Amino acid sequence: MLASVRISDLIRAAALVAAAALPAAAGPQRVVSMNLCTDQLAMLLAAPGQLISVSNLARDPRMSPMAEQAAEYPVNFGRAEEIYLMRPDLVIAGEFESGPTVSMLRRLGIRVEVLPPAESIEAIRAEITRMGGLLGREPAAADLLARFDAGLDAAGSREDRGRAALYYANGITSGRGTLAGAILESAGYRNIAGDFGITGTAKLPLELLVMARPERLVTGAKWPGQSRSEAILDHPALAAIAPATAKVTDRDWVCGTPFILRAIEALE
Amino acid sequence: MRALLVGLSLLVAALFLASLLTGPADFGPLEGLAALIFGGDGPVPIVMHEIRLPRAILGLAVGAGLGLTGAAMQGYLRNPLAEPGLIGVSGMAALGAVIAIQTGLSLQAILALPAAALAGAALGVGLLVALAGPRGGSVTLILAGVAISSLAGAGTALVLNLSPNPYAANEIMFWLMGSLADRSMLHVWLALPPMLVGAALIRTTATGLDALTLGEAAATAMGVSPSALRLRLVAGVALIVGPATAVAGAVGFVGLVVPHILRPWVGARPSALLPASALGGAALLLAADIAVRLVIPERDLKLGVLTAIVGAPLFLHLIWKTRSGGRV
Repeated sequence: MLASVRISDLIRAAALVAAAALPAAAGPQRVVSMNLCTDQLAMLLAAPGQLISVSNLARDPRMSPMAEQAAEYPVNFGRAEEIYLMRPDLVIAGEFESGPTVSMLRRLGIRVEVLPPAESIEAIRAEITRMGGLLGREPAAADLLARFDAGLDAAGSREDRGRAALYYANGITSGRGTLAGAILESAGYRNIAGDFGITGTAKLPLELLVMARPERLVTGAKWPGQSRSEAILDHPALAAIAPATAKVTDRDWVCGTPFILRAIEALE
Repeated sequence: MRALLVGLSLLVAALFLASLLTGPADFGPLEGLAALIFGGDGPVPIVMHEIRLPRAILGLAVGAGLGLTGAAMQGYLRNPLAEPGLIGVSGMAALGAVIAIQTGLSLQAILALPAAALAGAALGVGLLVALAGPRGGSVTLILAGVAISSLAGAGTALVLNLSPNPYAANEIMFWLMGSLADRSMLHVWLALPPMLVGAALIRTTATGLDALTLGEAAATAMGVSPSALRLRLVAGVALIVGPATAVAGAVGFVGLVVPHILRPWVGARPSALLPASALGGAALLLAADIAVRLVIPERDLKLGVLTAIVGAPLFLHLIWKTRSGGRV
């Protein structure tokens, strides 16, 4: 717990240092981010006043580790009209944003950069550098990257902690090619999805999960309301194979940002 | 008649065993059965007890319940088109279950789920019986059934779309088509007791249904009280279809196909058709549930898809015969 506090302080300190530095001179002056994950990187790296809006999801404490900071920014709902009226000189979108919205913004003459989701440690490092370049904040990005690497050294584990499984609603598991898989691997676990040849995100029958006997089980977070899809997470067979070792994925697992350090630490 | 029941019982037993032995986990049938009976350590007993046993029991119970209620409703309404799935009784039960789940009632009291589904089913079957009655008019029955099932389907979709849960809207398919995947013993304990009570109630209607084949007036003359018969039938159907739908979704066509196939074998006597249909329904649903695990195992194919492929052509055939004059 102590270590976890230390690392998140580290990230926050990096953000403060970066934010306190000189305002961006050459970079864009009115940046709108419309994706939960680019929101976080942009908030970590942008100069004061440079970022003028983040997506509405950035304020959702269930999904966003920076919900408090996001409260200080006006939000957008990813609609072309509202974003155009903000008169941005750079829009940063994720790959899952609606295609028509992005192409309409481009037709209106706005520069839109689309960032793919970061599904590995390497991809996160590349994304930090790219975001720094887009914002004209290279020194801040280099600083954040150095701190992220230091955090990885501190948080990552070289010892083998045993076999673990990721299991979400509808019986979905994630392999090594996904962000959750990368977090699991960085924490020193062997992902059982590999035993079944799963590298991406795929359905794993409950029977096979039970037969694989993982030593650690990481399940998906529950959403408000109820659903039959999530009922599988309460199945007695799951409780029987992984008593008292279940960990639930939370907002630190959603996006490829330095916040995954907290997810890695929580697993140890 | 006795031979038919014995044969059907053997078929159900064999399919129940096959259901227990069907699954993606890689272990032999003998190892699985030994783990089921003797327990022991390791993952195999967990798979057998917590995953496959509840699935097989629910397949048996839900199928038997749908077959039985199909035969009973066809007997009372004197119409071969009466079937809980088609005429909206299952749909109303699903609506009740979805409301209980999405309002959080089922979290506060675990019995709220089957109770709400039961209330929905009772409302559905009560409306139908009141509208169509035991005179056997097909048009009234079909019109009422279409109205009730589309209302129930729309209500289910509305409740799921309004849910704050991101998964809920994707589950419309489950509630409309049914599935037994990843159910647990908890679901068995929720559904089985009310279904057994319902089956006992339907059993008491057997002689009344036989008398009704001679017409309403003759049945009354023979000492059958129409209102008491109706009450037991509505309660029995609701007690079976409600809890079955709450745990397995609305599986259609079982209650239509099975009585239709078996009717010639029992001399068209409703009292004899009831137990035969229960066994036949269990066999059909167990077979369908084995098939969904063998055909495209990775896709969680819905049960209702298979039963509809078997049932819809038969339904069209029945409509054709009804249309070309005369009762079926």
